[in-house]
Amino acid sequence: MSNRGPVSKSMTREDATFARLVQLAVSTEDETPREKVNLARRRLIQKAAFGLLWLSGIAAVVILLSVVGYVVVQGIQVLNLEFLTTPPAGGLAASDVGGMSTTIISTVYLVFWTIVIAAPLGVMAAIYLVEYAEEVEGGTGLIPAIVSVVRFAVEILAGVPSIIYGLFGYALFVSAVALGWSFSLRSAAVTGAFLVLPVIIRASEEAIKAVPRSYRQASLALGATKWQTAWKVVLPAAAPGIITGIVLSVGRVVSETAVFFVTFGGTVRAPDTVFDLTSPGRSMALHVYYLAMETRAFDKAMGTGAVLILTIILINLLINVVTRRLTAKLKGR
Amino acid sequence: MEFEDVKLETKSYNMYYGDFQALRDVDIQIPRNAITAIIGPSGCGKSTFLRTFNRMNDLISGTRVDGGVYIDDNDVFEMDPVELRYCVGMVFQRPNPFPKSIFDNVAYGPRAHGMRDRADLAEIVERSLREAVLWDEVKDDLNKSGLALSGGQQQRLCIARALAVDPDVILMDEPASALDPIATLKIEELIQQLKKEYTIVIVTHNMQQAARASDYTAFFMMAEDRAGYLVEHGPTDQIFTNPHEETTERYITGRFG
Repeated sequence: MSNRGPVSKSMTREDATFARLVQLAVSTEDETPREKVNLARRRLIQKAAFGLLWLSGIAAVVILLSVVGYVVVQGIQVLNLEFLTTPPAGGLAASDVGGMSTTIISTVYLVFWTIVIAAPLGVMAAIYLVEYAEEVEGGTGLIPAIVSVVRFAVEILAGVPSIIYGLFGYALFVSAVALGWSFSLRSAAVTGAFLVLPVIIRASEEAIKAVPRSYRQASLALGATKWQTAWKVVLPAAAPGIITGIVLSVGRVVSETAVFFVTFGGTVRAPDTVFDLTSPGRSMALHVYYLAMETRAFDKAMGTGAVLILTIILINLLINVVTRRLTAKLKGR
Repeated sequence: MEFEDVKLETKSYNMYYGDFQALRDVDIQIPRNAITAIIGPSGCGKSTFLRTFNRMNDLISGTRVDGGVYIDDNDVFEMDPVELRYCVGMVFQRPNPFPKSIFDNVAYGPRAHGMRDRADLAEIVERSLREAVLWDEVKDDLNKSGLALSGGQQQRLCIARALAVDPDVILMDEPASALDPIATLKIEELIQQLKKEYTIVIVTHNMQQAARASDYTAFFMMAEDRAGYLVEHGPTDQIFTNPHEETTERYITGRFG
């Protein structure tokens, strides 16, 4: 150890830096207190944040499950084949007798016509907005102006409260002042179609936009027209997204009450056939409302509610299966 | 360079994207049933030039042209673009089969033009796939999706799809640039086969490819304002061994670009 002093004295700057680095490397925690405290703090915040996120996630699931669970558990007590196949009794008699069969039928008819009207209209509008209007957008003149108005309108319509659609449908179709269709399948179907139109347009627009440009180029380069390209190439490729939009709309119609309260009437009789457009009816969701508010058949409201919820769950499962199948098919698997 | 049997021709052709001039004063004759390679540095307007002949540039808004572009002495700008694309097929840089079966991919063009008969379609599909040297690999699963094929097979499927509408001209925009060397070689062999019946114009970045796979080569450069212009056009051997222009020589020897 006698040579220690002289070596220290002759230490160059590089040696000093190196020594310092070694010291840092071998040093224990107390050498770098600032970093250590910071790290602990960050770990804590990380844990707290994730704990909070975890709680929120759990809370959401618990809330959903308790709503769904409560209705299903309550409803299941009246649910049996007879309940599903017996027409409801009108008025207060509903507490003692009657099921929900006609409301299922009315709902099916209503969904059928709503989608028959809204789906082609919505998909065509989306094709127009993406395939035809896009190229004129940004320019000046009448068409670009119309296009931006249409886009804006779709955005706004998507956010309009459903009772406003109901009011409109009532004024235009139901009331004798205008078309005078009174409470009927046609009044409800057309108004319902207006309600879901923005949903279908927006879903279809997104799906069509996501179709690769190269498909369109290939088609046009083969001498196909724009319409052929849209119809034969773009639409099939966009099908999973479009179908998702349509099925979502089915869910919307099934669960909607406000609109159909003022357009479909509320009679417990269903229209005779799907083409019996002038008859009024009562959808499942409306039935829940009537039972809960105007009779004492709360158990039957729960039973109908359970069917309604199971229908919605089924629809969502359907979306998953269909889109996964179609996507796999498109990708060639 | 002038030819006796001219298939495609441009005369004082200028092309603009808005205010930007992409091509300036291009005069070129492209001979029938031969392979013409278009080479040049990135951004010199090769692809834009290629897309002139089937008017794919029309799809980009704000484009403008002046001068003449002719196919068999017919002005392409007087023709209906849909009709023009019957006789001028195109193969793109990245294989872009439709998400449809192999059969439906090839039958797409004929169907778009109104052919419905299943037997006729089947015949065209087989002939086109044979021409594209893909038939033996796919004949047993024509119902399989075109996207399930390998990259090289997909590109040959796209060539078959273009052949199915029976064009006179096939434009190829760097058709092998997304493929591995073996698939590239197959495409090049295929192109050699095709020139017997088709006029082929191929844009390529790959100098060796131009040298080994083409009969004529046109070299494009860009001017100081970045507008593309034709520097030199001639038999491929001459362009690669004895170019007239110094710019051409500098480019092909790899001194720039």
